[in-house]
Amino acid sequence: MQFTLNGREVDVAAHPMRRLLDVLREDCELTGTKEGCGEGECGACTVLIDGQAVVSCLVPFAQVDGRDVRTIEGADAQALQRAFMDHVGAQCGICTPGMIMAAMSLGPDPTRKQMQEALAGNLCRCTGYEAIYRAIGEAKRANRRTPLGVESIG
Amino acid sequence: MRSVVSTLELRRPRSIREALTMLRDDGPFVPLAGATDLYVALNFGTLTATRFLDLWPLEPLRRVEMRGDVLSLGALVTYTSLTRSRLVTQRLPMLVDAARLVGGVQIQNRGTIGGNIANGSPAGDTLPVFAAADAVVVARSASTERRIPFVELYSGYRTTVLRPDELIVAVEVPALHGGQWFRKVGTRAAQAISKIVIAAIDGDAPRVALGSVGPVVVRARRAEQALAAGQGIDAAVAALQTEISPIDDVRSTAEYRRVVAGNLLREFWTRATGRPRPDA
Repeated sequence: MQFTLNGREVDVAAHPMRRLLDVLREDCELTGTKEGCGEGECGACTVLIDGQAVVSCLVPFAQVDGRDVRTIEGADAQALQRAFMDHVGAQCGICTPGMIMAAMSLGPDPTRKQMQEALAGNLCRCTGYEAIYRAIGEAKRANRRTPLGVESIG
Repeated sequence: MRSVVSTLELRRPRSIREALTMLRDDGPFVPLAGATDLYVALNFGTLTATRFLDLWPLEPLRRVEMRGDVLSLGALVTYTSLTRSRLVTQRLPMLVDAARLVGGVQIQNRGTIGGNIANGSPAGDTLPVFAAADAVVVARSASTERRIPFVELYSGYRTTVLRPDELIVAVEVPALHGGQWFRKVGTRAAQAISKIVIAAIDGDAPRVALGSVGPVVVRARRAEQALAAGQGIDAAVAALQTEISPIDDVRSTAEYRRVVAGNLLREFWTRATGRPRPDA
């Protein structure tokens, strides 16, 4: 199956009915995408296909044929990642890659309601979401001020 | 994951015609689109089918268009595209309300109306909308196309009158007059499977349909007749109780569903009768 993975053209041989999640983790060795529930409830395995957030546990691998797939490893989400650290938006951390991928679809300076809707499909049992909303709010405001990629981690 | 995928087969037709030919000559296949229901079963190891037909790449099934006075929705229209469609917002706002409450964004980006209909869960959120709207399901095979009134589609719990060689290609919704109303009662606002769901249209001939109160979606004809005849809301609620058959399950109890079904009908009617009539 030929598709674009984090900006690179790739050709991956795997059974068409395998879950995209498993192909990403096992064949592409991109283990940033986590499995939570495996039934589309928790959003931990969220990736972007053609810019749209999807849960990779419910995507047959065949359906990424010719598409653009982006995972947390290639998300170019430094501002979000930095803000999650600064605001302690991650505690146990298993929801975090999915949270950040889902937040990628938000525009600059999102309202609380827009953030709640964008993350309605992402469960976090540690933070109570407040720290996550603060982190996303700040990152999106920062993103508006500084071009993407200017900040770097560590 | 509990299923062994190496035993599964996936065919990838490049056109609707090719899909229908495969269904006729090489079937049976289970059509697969956004996979938001099928892959949950795959994960649980409860998927009984082994042969699938991938419809997801078939772009012609994503059209939303007017055909005369009829709103035609392609089978692969996703919940996200429903919420973004000006046509659907204008003509069928209760379907937009339903689409916004299906799962989270990730499910809305993948789940399709054809899948919601074909899956036939009694809790399917769009089903009461199509039942109340007198929608028609367009089913096509390699040699025929037929239009099935939505309320006649289900023959029992998760079973339809569709033949194995037929594919749902579209849903047609006639022009509706009267205010539309949709309400879903679940455990929480997002990511909840319905305990009970209702869609209704007011006017001289009110139309009411409910989900999660029986093995298939229920069009509440007796309650509608009581309302249309001016018998009052108490009589309508009593009539409704004779046409629903809710059960106790993991999400709710039969008793709760009966009470809430009556309350929802009351809420609908309070809104409908409190709103100025268009002709007043």
